[in-house]
Amino acid sequence: MQDQNLGVFGVFALLSVLAVGGGSAVLPEMKTLVVETHHWLNDDQFRDIYGLGQMAPGPNMLMVIVIGYHVTGFLGAFLAFFGFFVPAGLISFIGSRLWDHFEGSPWRRALQDGMAPLVVGLMIAGVIAIARTAINDWATLALAVGVFLGVAFAKRVNPSLFILAGGLIGLAALR
Amino acid sequence: MTKVREADRSGAAPRASLPEIFWAFLVIGATSFGGGVVAYLRNVLVIGRGWLDEEQFLSALEIAQALPGLNATNMSVIVGDRLRGPPGAALAFIGMTAPGAALVMALGVLYASNAENPYVNAGLIGVGAAAVGMLSAVTFQIGRKQLAAPIDLAIILVTVTMVSFFHISLVIVLLTVGPLAVLIYRPRPGGVGAQPPE
Repeated sequence: MQDQNLGVFGVFALLSVLAVGGGSAVLPEMKTLVVETHHWLNDDQFRDIYGLGQMAPGPNMLMVIVIGYHVTGFLGAFLAFFGFFVPAGLISFIGSRLWDHFEGSPWRRALQDGMAPLVVGLMIAGVIAIARTAINDWATLALAVGVFLGVAFAKRVNPSLFILAGGLIGLAALR
Repeated sequence: MTKVREADRSGAAPRASLPEIFWAFLVIGATSFGGGVVAYLRNVLVIGRGWLDEEQFLSALEIAQALPGLNATNMSVIVGDRLRGPPGAALAFIGMTAPGAALVMALGVLYASNAENPYVNAGLIGVGAAAVGMLSAVTFQIGRKQLAAPIDLAIILVTVTMVSFFHISLVIVLLTVGPLAVLIYRPRPGGVGAQPPE
């Protein structure tokens, strides 16, 4: 049990440091570690828990708490949260104080321009990772395309309403 | 020294007290449904409270995006620190994460005890599919500029292929594609800044 706790902390602390470009950039690696390497969840549970996370306000990767909870209960939940958010928070704290020293360095611009497409690529890989578990048939594909169009074009509508609608459509389809 | 720098950074902005910082970020953390936390942050910090001007907000955002971690939490740490040093950073971070964490925890406990319920499963299948749609729309919006530039598109395709199809570890992808991409955009002699030649 103790090893499991250490494992949860270790996995999410590693993901925290690797989360260049934000949460969805690290989704494929998270899925690999959580589902394939450690077998803490299966594909469907990973999809379900990712979906749960989309229904809460605040940072969109708070679902790591639920993954930790599945492994070792409330301690696991805390360790997953602490591991995923605190290392990156400390890096931000120190990094933002150092950043100003590089003001005007041409390499700062190079870093931003070069990393931008890499981050977009990682985000697309994140979409693919979730899609592989969440899109299983024409109905789920149609739902995803509908929400994509909704979020892209109905910009005044809060995106979380589309997520809620997705859940209701899922329920209705079952009935 | 710290004091001097904080004064420099906050400029003429009204000084925020620690409880005010905590409350402001708690409200953002509790109301920013559906992603797009940056818009909520701007509404509260720039427009509502006036703690930062546009330029200060964008400079903080630039740093938050360049460093590992989520924009929402990185911004809370950076802005909290600029307003009130380390205690400001800690309180802003807690305010930003606590409401969502409490709700996710509650949902997670409910999920664990109802995982076999067919209605819960059906609802979550819908939520999962909807989340794919939302995440692709967000990715498209963020990456629009890069997806239209040939060099960037090549870097994107290489990254996606490595991660999604060859399942190469993220550490390796970051350590190979990262330096290569920065090298492509390296500062050119004679150029101003790091713009590649037109």
